[in-house]
Amino acid sequence: MPFNISNEEILETWRMVEVEKLDIRTITMGINILDCRTDDADKTGRAIYDKICLWARDLVKVGEGIERDFGIPIINKRISVTPIAMLVDGFTKEQIIRVGQCLDQAAREVGVNFLGGFTALVHKGYTRGAWELIQAIPETLAATQHVCSSVNVGTTKAGINMDAVYDMGQIIKKTAALTADKDGLGCAKLVVFCNAVNDNPFMAGAFHGPGEPESVLNIGISGPGVVSNVVKNNPDCELGELANRIKNTAFKITRSGELVGRVASSRLGVPFGIVDLSLAPTPAVGDSVAEILEAMGLEQVGTHGTTAALALLNDAVKKGGAMASSYVGGLSGAFIPVSEDAGMIAAAEAGALTLDKLEAMTCVCSVGLDMIAVPGDTPAETLSAIIADEAAIGMINRKTTAVRIIPAPGKKVGDYVEFGGLLGRAPIMPVNPNHSTLFIKRKGRIPAPLQALNN
Amino acid sequence: MEISKRAIITVLGNDRVGIIYGISGVLAQNNVNILDISQTILQEFFTMVMVVDVSQSLAEFAQLKEQLALKGKEMGLQVNIQHEDIFRYMHRI
Repeated sequence: MPFNISNEEILETWRMVEVEKLDIRTITMGINILDCRTDDADKTGRAIYDKICLWARDLVKVGEGIERDFGIPIINKRISVTPIAMLVDGFTKEQIIRVGQCLDQAAREVGVNFLGGFTALVHKGYTRGAWELIQAIPETLAATQHVCSSVNVGTTKAGINMDAVYDMGQIIKKTAALTADKDGLGCAKLVVFCNAVNDNPFMAGAFHGPGEPESVLNIGISGPGVVSNVVKNNPDCELGELANRIKNTAFKITRSGELVGRVASSRLGVPFGIVDLSLAPTPAVGDSVAEILEAMGLEQVGTHGTTAALALLNDAVKKGGAMASSYVGGLSGAFIPVSEDAGMIAAAEAGALTLDKLEAMTCVCSVGLDMIAVPGDTPAETLSAIIADEAAIGMINRKTTAVRIIPAPGKKVGDYVEFGGLLGRAPIMPVNPNHSTLFIKRKGRIPAPLQALNN
Repeated sequence: MEISKRAIITVLGNDRVGIIYGISGVLAQNNVNILDISQTILQEFFTMVMVVDVSQSLAEFAQLKEQLALKGKEMGLQVNIQHEDIFRYMHRI
């Protein structure tokens, strides 16, 4: 085949990687572990450990090989497993914590930084296993380094399980308390979802859901820096044209993800699942979603117009990305994790970005209130109410929404939490001081909305 | 999935005497055939792009990459090698 790529195109790819920090954010291997269940918790934990170590033994090596071959960095190699709640019925909380520790050991053994799936899907109610697992979350997240946990409390089809919403407020508080020496780090590994997806490659919310094959590879792309440069280089064009240019760029970014996914899948002998079209930011300067929105002409992210700018951005990314990949899935929405995005941190510090505006942004395409630090004395019921609001947005709009919130022990507005690395740092943001306690304590189930009745 | 036998070498930096000599020396030592070569000043950079055939390479791709980067460092240049698929995937439908 003749070589017909121009020098300009080669240079464009070089610039994307070297200057604009294009990378593949994650290759996440989903592994079914349902077959690891035995009549004994410790044997089950050992079987899970063995299976993960067997299936994912080459994951990191293959990832690094692909980085070298194509010259594109793959930042994270990760694992997701079947929701643990599906295989711990009959085990006690203490036993489930030990299963969690086996997951942690497996993650360490194969060299991944996070392993997701300490998960319960309870949108309609608790099984005994799910209940015990949720009770085990605080201790597990305190006792492990790599394990990520998620709980799905609502869906468009089922409505919202307000018992679980109430409980998750308490669980988040307890998780923060048990990791108080690290600013409540445990909460950074815990996501509460509405309409959680089964093939999400991104942490902390990844799990290998029901309906997925024995094992699968899902890819999370990145590239806020690349998109940001496109916007900066087009300061005057009208928004339709701008959307078009973002689309072209998103296509190229996603193609790199598609290639990595296909090659990794073939080298590991595991089917290729999906590419997740989310622009994942990092705390590094120039790798920020906020910067893109500001480049569109907003003085600071969070001001009026932010929601519209975000809607345009994310829709353009999806349109370009959908053309570039044969299988699109996962969350495929905008991530605006406050602590992991330099522009978001700056806006929150300046008071330009509030919790209320972030909530509005989740209505159009953001996947939730992500990595938000609030005062340590925020009542559990207020956290539950924040979760309920997000879940309602997800339920009514037939989309995924999530809450990953850190009530940082001993901290108040004006203080900071420091997690370091990819999890970054965040200013403590104020919450509404009025109580929602009586509403949250009603518990029960919010019925599925009319949107669910589409058959 | 078979990946391509061809790779692209990009050399960026300030122009000087002996760039092609230095890079092609590393390639010759490793039995890597040069298929095409072009150089331009692009976006204020001296840019050299080489298309090479790595199918008969004596060195593993990772080692070749290391040797080229090292040679580049000696000459104050950034030298990278990537399989051509990444460019085909990104720029061609």
